[in-house]
Amino acid sequence: MDITGDASEVRTGTTIIAVEFEGGVVMGSDSRVSAGESVVNRVFNKLSPLHERIYCALSGSAADAQAIVDMAQYQLEMHSMEVGAPPQVIAAANVVRNISYKHKEELSAHLMVAGWDRRKGGQVYGTLDGMLTRHQVCIGGSGSSYIYGYVDSAYKSRMSKEECLQFVTNALTLAMGRDGSSGGVVHLVTITKDGVEPKLILSNDLPQFYDNE
Amino acid sequence: MRSCRWPVTQENMATVMMPVQRGESAARPGSYADLTPDWTHAEVSTGTTIMAVEFDGGVVIGADSRTTTGAYIANRVTDKLTPIHDRIYCCRSGSAADTQAIADAVAYQLGFHSIELDEPPLVHTAASLFKEMCYKYREDLTAGIIVAGWDSRKGGQVYSVPMGGMMVHQPFSIGGSGSSYIYGFVDSSYKKGMTKEECLTFTANAVALAMERDGSSGGVIRLAAITEGGVERKVILGNELPRFNIG
Repeated sequence: MDITGDASEVRTGTTIIAVEFEGGVVMGSDSRVSAGESVVNRVFNKLSPLHERIYCALSGSAADAQAIVDMAQYQLEMHSMEVGAPPQVIAAANVVRNISYKHKEELSAHLMVAGWDRRKGGQVYGTLDGMLTRHQVCIGGSGSSYIYGYVDSAYKSRMSKEECLQFVTNALTLAMGRDGSSGGVVHLVTITKDGVEPKLILSNDLPQFYDNE
Repeated sequence: MRSCRWPVTQENMATVMMPVQRGESAARPGSYADLTPDWTHAEVSTGTTIMAVEFDGGVVIGADSRTTTGAYIANRVTDKLTPIHDRIYCCRSGSAADTQAIADAVAYQLGFHSIELDEPPLVHTAASLFKEMCYKYREDLTAGIIVAGWDSRKGGQVYSVPMGGMMVHQPFSIGGSGSSYIYGFVDSSYKKGMTKEECLTFTANAVALAMERDGSSGGVIRLAAITEGGVERKVILGNELPRFNIG
């Protein structure tokens, strides 16, 4: 494969979303990685494990995001050994947040942290710009702009796991339909006390929405 | 100390004496722009959320009501739904000055054309006039316009004339800065064959969602339904806005 034209930075253009429900969280992402106009990976999984029941969703610069994940995985593993117990989700979120905040000027990636722990159950944290904020629904990435209205209108509190999966799939599909930097397939992950359940939805199995006809 | 062109008070004394404390001034020495409120030099913009939907027998159009000059809301009850002819309206977004000037010019041209033809003008004609002007002066203009109305040939029609000056007919169209946030919502909620009431609800909900998320959109929701029988205008005030679960 030869790459012609200017070498633009590799970015996970992206749409990422994480939702809390009774008993856990559902996270979802698209799968497009772009370098300028070129799609360098169309099946990339942007949901990365930080620990056994804690995942993060990547957006922004692919390199920066992966670097943060590597650092966070290491720090969390150390922390978990020192404490002698699985880390809390808020601890993982703080680890990620501290890295993002400390290197705010050099990094351009946003990681969303979500998972399940014994203390507070399912939790979703956003770490945008080095803040730490808890959400019931958190959306991120370039494609997220297009689905604020949808998420605001369609989200209901106390949804079941299946409803959350449908909600996340719909939101990602709508964003992928409008954002040029998001696309490909939908990666989903459900985290509960019983463990982690990944799911992959291929393009032709995605829900159909209005498409200009 | 630099010479000042505005009254130096106790409050702004510090910034005048030590301009390097403010990051922006340090980057651009000699610029006073950062030391005065941005609304003293920012362009007036209809930041906006605008929308138009076709139904069988007419169109529904809607908009928010906020006009901003930088961070200052110059008008919180703006009417962005501008009549171009009896049964043809346009929804304006972008520079308030540019869109008002274009709308005035097109209304004049269309009125003249209609008198020559001795017939009510077609919505397509109005849209074409907008397109001609927006394309010709595309380098100088900042105008995103949605033209919507009713004529006897094709009934209700919505034409989008975004920045750049293209023209496209669509069953519904959204525009303005707030529209980015509601693409997902309208893509999921739009159905063909909605009634006038369903269109009004759809438009009100979409504009309300956008107003919630876009800082340049807000105020009240102005709606209008244009049919063969005429134009029916409605306003949804702040306390009556549709409310949603989140937050």
